[in-house]
Amino acid sequence: MGFSDADLQAIGLTLRLASLTTVLLLLIGTPIAWWLARTPSHWKGPVGAVVALPLVLPPTVLGFYLLVAMGPNGPLGQVTQALGIGLLPFTFWGLVIASVFYSMPFVVQPIQNAIEALGDRPLEVAATLRAGPWDRFFTVVVPLARPGFLTAAILGFAHTVGEFGVVLMIGGNIPGETRLVSVQIYDHVEAMDYAQAHWLAGSMVLFAFLVLLALYTLNPTQRRF
Amino acid sequence: MHSLTKTISAFALLIMTATTHAETVQIAVAANFTAPMKELAVAFEAETGHRVEAAFGSSGKFYAQIKNGAPFAMLLAADAATPAKLDEEGLAAPGTRFTYAIGSLVLWSADPKRVTDGAKVLSRNDFRKLAIANPTLAPYGAAAVEVMQALGLEQMLEPKLVKGDNIAQTYQFVSTGNAELGFVALSQVAKNGQIREGSGWIVPAELYTPIRQDAVTLKSGADNPAAQAFADYLKGEKAHTIIEAYGYRF
Repeated sequence: MGFSDADLQAIGLTLRLASLTTVLLLLIGTPIAWWLARTPSHWKGPVGAVVALPLVLPPTVLGFYLLVAMGPNGPLGQVTQALGIGLLPFTFWGLVIASVFYSMPFVVQPIQNAIEALGDRPLEVAATLRAGPWDRFFTVVVPLARPGFLTAAILGFAHTVGEFGVVLMIGGNIPGETRLVSVQIYDHVEAMDYAQAHWLAGSMVLFAFLVLLALYTLNPTQRRF
Repeated sequence: MHSLTKTISAFALLIMTATTHAETVQIAVAANFTAPMKELAVAFEAETGHRVEAAFGSSGKFYAQIKNGAPFAMLLAADAATPAKLDEEGLAAPGTRFTYAIGSLVLWSADPKRVTDGAKVLSRNDFRKLAIANPTLAPYGAAAVEVMQALGLEQMLEPKLVKGDNIAQTYQFVSTGNAELGFVALSQVAKNGQIREGSGWIVPAELYTPIRQDAVTLKSGADNPAAQAFADYLKGEKAHTIIEAYGYRF
C-alpha cells in the first residue's frame, strides 16, 4: 500500500506552505513581538489580544471571514483586484496569507516571552559599549533569545501543517495548489477509504510527536509558548 | 433537604410524563436537504408532539459516525449507496430503506445577470472559477461531472474547477462570489419552484443519473416510535408538498 501519488503531492505542498509561512512569520512576527515585549503603550493589550485571537477562535470563523474578506466584494478582494493579482481564495498564496494569520500567535508569543525575559539590562550594557539599535538586536537579542526563536519556528511550522478548517473553507481542494495533507486525510475518510487514511493520519501523528520531542529536547527550559 | 428532595421528585415526574407522551428522534440529514428538513421538522413536531433533532452533514461522515456508534435513529442520505451499505453491514433495521426524494441539479450564480441562456454560459468561458461538490464524495458533484461530460465541456472546464467538501460548502463558494458559477442542489436556491436569488439554469434531468436520496432507519432507532412516525410522515402527502417546493422530485 503506502502513499499514493496524490498523497505525496499533498505532503510536498504542505511542507512548502509550512516552510514559506514560517519564514514570513519570523519576518513579520519578530518586530511585532519586539514591540509587544518592550512598549509602554496602552495599545499593548489590544494588539496582543488581536495576535492571540486565532488561539481562541474556531478555524471556521477565521475561514469564513477570510473567504468573505478575500472575495470580490470584500476589502482584501478589492485590494488584490485593484493590484491586478485577482482573487486569493482557491490559490496557494491565499493559503499562505491565511496561514500567516492562523499561526501568528504561535510565533509571536514565544519570541515575545524570550525578549521580555531578557529585561533591559543586556541592552543597556550593549548601548554603553556603543552598540547601535540594529547591532544590539542582532548581536545581543537574537543570540540570547534563541530558544524563543527556535520554539517559534517549530510551533509555527507544525501548526501550519496541522491547519484544516481554514483550508477547507478557502482552499477549494485543488490538487497541487490547495489540497493539503489534512484535507487529503479528510477526503480519504469521507470516501470510506480507511486504509489510505491510516497511512497519512498515522504519519501525521508520528510527525507531530517528533516535532514536540525535538522541541522539548532542544529547548528543555522553555516548554510553554 | 426535604424541600430539595421534593423539587427533585417533581422534576423527575415532569420529565417522566413528558417522555411518555413524546419521543425524541435524532436524525442525520444530508446537507442538501437542510432547508426542507427544518420545515418538515416543525410540521412533524406540531402534528405528532414528537421531537426531532437533526444533524446536517455529508453522508460519508455520517457513515463513519454510525459505524462507530453514533446515536442516530435515522439517516436521510444524499445518495442510495450509503443506506444500502449500512443495510448490508447490518447497521440498519431491515426493510426500512426507501427513496424520500430525487434531487435536482442547478447551475447557479449569485449574480442575477450571469446565467440567462442556460448551458451557454459555460462555453462562453468568461468566468474564473466553477464550483462543484467533490465528485468522489458527494452525489451532486458526481452529477455535475456527468453534465459537463454530456455537454462535452469537461476538458475545458477542468482547470477552473474548485471543489467543495460537500454541497453546502459549494454553495458558500458561489454565494460569496469567490466562484462565479457552481453546480449546486436546486433545494439550496429554490423555494416554491422558483430560484430565489441570483440566476440559474435547472439542468435537464436527462443529462445526469437521477440523484436518488434514500432514507433508512438504523438499528438504534428500530424501537423508537418517533423514528417510525417520522418515516411514515416523510412518505405522506403533506411532507411531499414541502419537499417538492424545494425542487425535489419523486
